Amino acid sequence: MSTLTEHSTPVGPFTLDAFNHALDAHKSLPTWWIARKKDAYAKFASLPYPTDTDESWRFSNRSTFKLDGFSASNTHPKALANKIELLGKPALTFVNNELVASNPLDQSLINSGVIVSTIKEALKSHPEVLKAHFMAQTQRLGSEKFASLHTAFIEDGAFIYIPKGVEIKQPITIVHSANGDLVSIFPHTLIVAEDNSQVSVIDYFVSDSKSKHFCCGANDLYAGHGSKITYVGLQNWSNHDLCLQMNSTVVRRDARAQSLNLHLGGHQARHESLSQLQAPGAFSEMLALTIASGEREFDQRTLQIHQAPNTKSDLLYKNVLQDKARTIFSGLIVVDQDAQKTDAYQSNRNLMLSDSAEANSLPGLEIQANDVRCTHGATTARIDPEELFYLQTRGIPEVKAHELLVFGFFEEVLNRLEDEDLHAALRSIIQSKFK
Amino acid sequence: MADKSTTSEPEQTENPVLGIDQSAGNFSYNVDYEFDAGTGLSEKTIDYISAAKKEDPWIKEFRLKALKVFESKPMPTHWATKDLENIDFNKIRYYLASGQKPKRTWDEVPDDIKRTFERLGIPEQERKFLAGVEAQFDSEAAYSNVKEAVAKQGVIFMNSSEALREHPEIFKKWFGKVIPTGDNKFSALNSAVFSGGSFIYIPKGVKVSHPLQAYFRINAENFGQFERTLIIADEGSEVTYMEGCTAPKFSTSTLHSAVVELVALKGAKIQYITVQNWAANVYNLVTKRGIAHEEAEIKWIDCNIGSRLTMKYPGVVLKGRKARGEVISIALANDGQHQDTGAKMIHAADETTSNIIAKSISVGHGRSTYRGMVHMPKHLKGCKNNTECDALLINTNSRTDTYPSITVRGAENKVQHEASVSKVSEEQIFYMRQRGLTEGQAMSLSVNGFINDLASQFPMEYSVELKRLIDLEMEGSVG
Repeated sequence: MSTLTEHSTPVGPFTLDAFNHALDAHKSLPTWWIARKKDAYAKFASLPYPTDTDESWRFSNRSTFKLDGFSASNTHPKALANKIELLGKPALTFVNNELVASNPLDQSLINSGVIVSTIKEALKSHPEVLKAHFMAQTQRLGSEKFASLHTAFIEDGAFIYIPKGVEIKQPITIVHSANGDLVSIFPHTLIVAEDNSQVSVIDYFVSDSKSKHFCCGANDLYAGHGSKITYVGLQNWSNHDLCLQMNSTVVRRDARAQSLNLHLGGHQARHESLSQLQAPGAFSEMLALTIASGEREFDQRTLQIHQAPNTKSDLLYKNVLQDKARTIFSGLIVVDQDAQKTDAYQSNRNLMLSDSAEANSLPGLEIQANDVRCTHGATTARIDPEELFYLQTRGIPEVKAHELLVFGFFEEVLNRLEDEDLHAALRSIIQSKFK
Repeated sequence: MADKSTTSEPEQTENPVLGIDQSAGNFSYNVDYEFDAGTGLSEKTIDYISAAKKEDPWIKEFRLKALKVFESKPMPTHWATKDLENIDFNKIRYYLASGQKPKRTWDEVPDDIKRTFERLGIPEQERKFLAGVEAQFDSEAAYSNVKEAVAKQGVIFMNSSEALREHPEIFKKWFGKVIPTGDNKFSALNSAVFSGGSFIYIPKGVKVSHPLQAYFRINAENFGQFERTLIIADEGSEVTYMEGCTAPKFSTSTLHSAVVELVALKGAKIQYITVQNWAANVYNLVTKRGIAHEEAEIKWIDCNIGSRLTMKYPGVVLKGRKARGEVISIALANDGQHQDTGAKMIHAADETTSNIIAKSISVGHGRSTYRGMVHMPKHLKGCKNNTECDALLINTNSRTDTYPSITVRGAENKVQHEASVSKVSEEQIFYMRQRGLTEGQAMSLSVNGFINDLASQFPMEYSVELKRLIDLEMEGSVG
């Protein structure tokens, strides 16, 4: 029963020596943080690699999901791979795990107590918030090992704190970047929206297009009572990258979390998204758009957990498949026994643009309460020839008609965004992928 | 709850709203067994079965190989319920036969077995009217009567041992080919110890007008039944086969693990209907699969009401162009029951279509699970699948799960899957109570309404029986 031959080094370059070395490089870290990292490392090293019988890795190409070859420490220059301009200057820019640029907040926001800072900074100023929310939710989607790796090796990340009742209109952009061949990065964004606050955050992931990186990121979203978080994860890694992103969202009473993940890059990209609806009136909207081309694999795993009565979740994941690309969507809605009056929806739509592409869909439900409204659907098809024909009869050339229908496929998701500028910006990024 | 209970006696939890009468439908008779292979499974058990059945050496060889496969395969608990671990293979009897040769006339059937059929509710006249009755009494067919007209058409309808002995030239070719021994742990177990079941051959172009029918029951404590069914419909032929199960209730778990293989050759049509109503202590772990050749059609109508744990995913391999597969599934899970059912559609040729309609009802602590697989590999064109799963939850602590898996390659195919979960609407119940129905009657009517469109696809007598079984389950359900 030896699977060790496949993964001769289950820790890859992330050996105990490498871990200790990384810890030594950062003096004056709080002891609780160091203890947590050590625990995480022990867990990472002891947990097995995903195996054939691992349902949460079903259909994933595990033979290429390997840590070997990447570098645990990086000495590459902390230069930004690409210039990023998305609705104004980014608030924070991280390259290879370090903050390289920041733009100060409006003074009025600073005065109202809003904090857009780094995790390093927050370790000093807000340890209690970090203790409560940083990687605080149990990983349930298959990447416990890599979540531990993330905690063990994380150096820095974004820390966003919105005090009670404060509403921020302008989206806050955070850039996470990798630069240099075989670099490993551990991006993190933590958002805590206190009661009745509002914030919108864009995580922009990008790496230099020529080389290969290992990007093992995570984010924690906490939406306090009556708050509203809009989160956009714009993943545009290099086409060689191995990437894994673990998202965790907690939604409290009458709060609303909307997250939209755009998957454009990476050679093998896995995204796990967990939404916990913890109190009545909580609403989580989970959206994703993927453009899969070449021989790349996009693996998305989602979990909507309804833990309280009268909660709502709505998931819409759309994939466009080209060339020999593969996608996996594995979603699960869990309704706990007490979560009566749950309203949950889950939908996966795959648009096939190639005869060699492969779409896998695993839409699941686990319902333990009876007074619920739960539906899910999954479809896989090409562009409807009748729709194409209709447009052509209106004088639109076939190529253009085809393009319009593909863009229209994305619009259903983008239309859910309230911010029109953001909608336009994302639309143009998507359309540029087809030029 | 089913996976937590370690005793075989299902939980008799009195539901605050529904107090299910678990004793309804329980009956058993004393039977003397002439052949008994004892408990536990080893090569000796197989020697014994093979000798008792006077089998050819190749069959014994087949059984022994299967035993090795069974022993080497782990329990599939990485995806399936942990309740499987409660099966004690050493406590199960793998072969029992009353030593009777299949009976030819109704008069020769023992009276106590007739009583069982009576309890099943099939009127005497209708029983006689049925085209062929192959009622499996424990491991051997206790009664077998192929209506003369069917035999005249050249239809072969006999039990597995008889068929392999008398018509190897027909059955050997497909035996174990649709479902290979190593398909899963329980198909391997069946391959090692199978006995009984029906082997049917329909010659070219023959359309069997009456459904062929067989009833199975388990009638000995700790006794597993491992019947093996193989139906071959030759080119252009048509057949409907019906299988119904009821079983007496016992205090220790019993295991039922059947293998059913269907082969529909070019243009043939097979409809296979099951009403499963095992006692609430039976593990019912069944592998069912058909191969549909060019323009052939295989339809599984699968209804699961009884058993402690049922795991059954009837499948169709759509091997020939324009082949069609369909699964209609109804499951009802009551207290202490887990109905883990579903369907598999493997598309392997152009322009093949498949349709899956699954409806489940969970009552009390019952748990129903839909597990499905739709597979469309590369370079196929014009394949279509439609899947619909609807779950009805009766009580606050009822549970339902849906785990479909859909793989599509290429842009020329089309798949759609939809599932929903709901409860019986309070307005409906209120309305019916206003009209003088009791809450139990109203609930029963609602549940029957929920599955009505599927039940109407059953042949008349099954549809009636199904309605009665649901009434029985919902009967006295409201205190």
